[in-house]
Amino acid sequence: MAKVNIKIEGIPYQVEEGLTILEAAKLCGYNIPSLCAYNHGECSRGSCRVCLVEVKGARGLVASCVYPVNEGMEITISSPAAVAARRASVELLLSNHSKDCQQCDKNEYCELLYAAKVTGARDGMFEGVKTPATIDQITPSIVRDTSKCILCGRCIERCKSAHGKSVLGFEKRGFNTIVGPAENRSFADSPCILCGQCTTVCPTGALMEKSEIDAVDAAFKAGKYVVVQTAPAVRAALGEEFGMKIGTPVTGKMVAALKRLGFKKVYDTNYAADLTIMEEATELLGRIKNNGVLPMITSCSPGWINYAEMNYGDLLPHLSSCKSPHEMFGAILKSYYCEKNGIDPKDMFVVSIMPCTAKKFEKDREQLQHDGIKDVDAVLTTRELGKLIKRSGINWNMLPDEEFDNDIVGDYSGAGVIFGVTGGVMEAALRTAYHALTGKEHELIKFEQVRGFDGIKEASLDINGTTVNVAVAHGMKNAKVLLDDIRAGKSKYHFIEIMGCPGGCINGGGQPYVKPQFLPNEDPDILDTYKAKRAAALYSEDERQAVRQSHNNPQMKKLYDEFLGEPNSHKAHELLHTSYKAREAFK
Amino acid sequence: MSHLSEAAVAQINEICSRYENEPTPLMMILSDIQKEYGYIPLEVQELVSDKTGISVAEIYGVVTFYSFFSLKPKGKYVVGCCLGTACYVKGAQNVIDKFSELLGIKPGETSDDGLFTLDALRCIGACGIAPAVSINGQVYPKLSVSDVPGIVEKYRKGEV
Repeated sequence: MAKVNIKIEGIPYQVEEGLTILEAAKLCGYNIPSLCAYNHGECSRGSCRVCLVEVKGARGLVASCVYPVNEGMEITISSPAAVAARRASVELLLSNHSKDCQQCDKNEYCELLYAAKVTGARDGMFEGVKTPATIDQITPSIVRDTSKCILCGRCIERCKSAHGKSVLGFEKRGFNTIVGPAENRSFADSPCILCGQCTTVCPTGALMEKSEIDAVDAAFKAGKYVVVQTAPAVRAALGEEFGMKIGTPVTGKMVAALKRLGFKKVYDTNYAADLTIMEEATELLGRIKNNGVLPMITSCSPGWINYAEMNYGDLLPHLSSCKSPHEMFGAILKSYYCEKNGIDPKDMFVVSIMPCTAKKFEKDREQLQHDGIKDVDAVLTTRELGKLIKRSGINWNMLPDEEFDNDIVGDYSGAGVIFGVTGGVMEAALRTAYHALTGKEHELIKFEQVRGFDGIKEASLDINGTTVNVAVAHGMKNAKVLLDDIRAGKSKYHFIEIMGCPGGCINGGGQPYVKPQFLPNEDPDILDTYKAKRAAALYSEDERQAVRQSHNNPQMKKLYDEFLGEPNSHKAHELLHTSYKAREAFK
Repeated sequence: MSHLSEAAVAQINEICSRYENEPTPLMMILSDIQKEYGYIPLEVQELVSDKTGISVAEIYGVVTFYSFFSLKPKGKYVVGCCLGTACYVKGAQNVIDKFSELLGIKPGETSDDGLFTLDALRCIGACGIAPAVSINGQVYPKLSVSDVPGIVEKYRKGEV
């Protein structure tokens, strides 16, 4: 790449041609105040005017996020005119903003508030009429409040890259412009799959998860037997809420914190991930043996289930009938566990800590409750757990490492841990399927082909003369490719893993925000590396486990012997399996 | 999508396929549909989305951005009053107010009998004959408030 000579604040630098001023300045050590500098330009580009700088010879100030550097360019960031213009840009954004910052759950991570701080924006400079606002809190997963939207369009770009066909878009014009699903509908009546990816990139509080902390508080107050379980991906990211480096596994501290928050039992959802594998691998082998519907597709990701029901109703028989792991755990807790411990299931309240916003919707599905008793009663995101811990006054750094409860349930294998990253369910299933077909453990344990972050991964495995073709996709955009092949009758696979979010659960819509301006101690390329760092935390926990295959989890054998009979038995079907229903995207 | 007739579905599919090889076909497709049906409801947008792969949200954004496109059926006669700068200073606001009063509808609305739609337009490039009104392409120059009742009557009686 050719280099060009530029000057910033009079100091000469050599930078690559083709970079924008904003990017070039960042490499030279200047963070020009902006709302997108930290986000790969995942926005509508040049519209917010927060990053204005002076360029010698240019007509007026230029938006550094879209203006490319060229030979001999002289840039001034801190000229009085540029400083005043950036401040005015933020003040104008604030003039059409609801500004209830103190109650806003995003305030700690609000990029607009941060931009206001660094530019010195003052409140009330341009008071006037405000754009009519929409507050959509109909779904159990995501709240959209357009009074906080700054029209950056980042959510639209993220939705495009994750979902494929963006559910969100700009609508209307000029002062009346808003961002939302077509017709400014609620997410509930739109093709939204509730994955929550938009909430992770929204710079303000315009898009956030719907909190269920109040429901948990109410359960404690009512004297319920409150049990909590945590998904694998949570431990790989929760530390970020307390300033720890991305990728630090915090299993022990997380458990210690939950025990101090008053939960009767603190379990690992991994136990149920192992159970899922027992059921799912058996289902797969049954389908292969009996010429059932193939390829079979995993059903752990509720975002993916929403997508399938709305877009591929004809392919629903391909979905595994297995409930997702935390739902299985809920069902076992409210049957087996309650039975053994003499608890009335009505008095039990199961809380799931999930990296996911779609799980909030999933727990309310009518297919996942029996006689009015839900398998899972409340779902909190990783971010909400962070809030719960902060609220309690617990000093995170002083927490010891403690162990998950493990009595008649709760033990887990390494296979369960890797569910949290794309390819993990596949790898866990292969470990057990291999054993079921050969009676031996696969010597490698690791199945490298299904690891990593390629959009679509595939592998072929020869098991006792049977070739099993598998594929893994994450993000609906990638999944669509595999699904269209199935529809066209061209799919060669036996088993497909699909996760709603790009990267899998470690990058779920409920995970801590990765906003570099609030992470001064992370590497500059953190937006490109955080997924791999969180994934590494899970893979390392898998390696530390003595037992790494679901079928070798000693409690699985016990559960089947004492309660369920065998995998896919009648009782297992009743408790651990579910059904799906095609529905219209636009109701 | 259920209440679109088969003929309409076929025609919209045909319109979409006219521009199959265009890199950015959306404006042309919407423009043809608008001309053909006079409006582009959500069901039609869903159909265009299926054919082109462009999301409904994006299509809806385009339809609501340009005033040429409409989400609701327009009347038999579309009264477009120019409110551009030249027309405005020549009294266009009074003209549109008179139309509004006589037709019983606000700008952007369609009368209950489906006969008239009143639109407030920005500059239509006819500043020399300000204030100008365009009804289904027929331009009325240098209008004054007193001209309005006669014009409305003419269209009501179908004398055009």
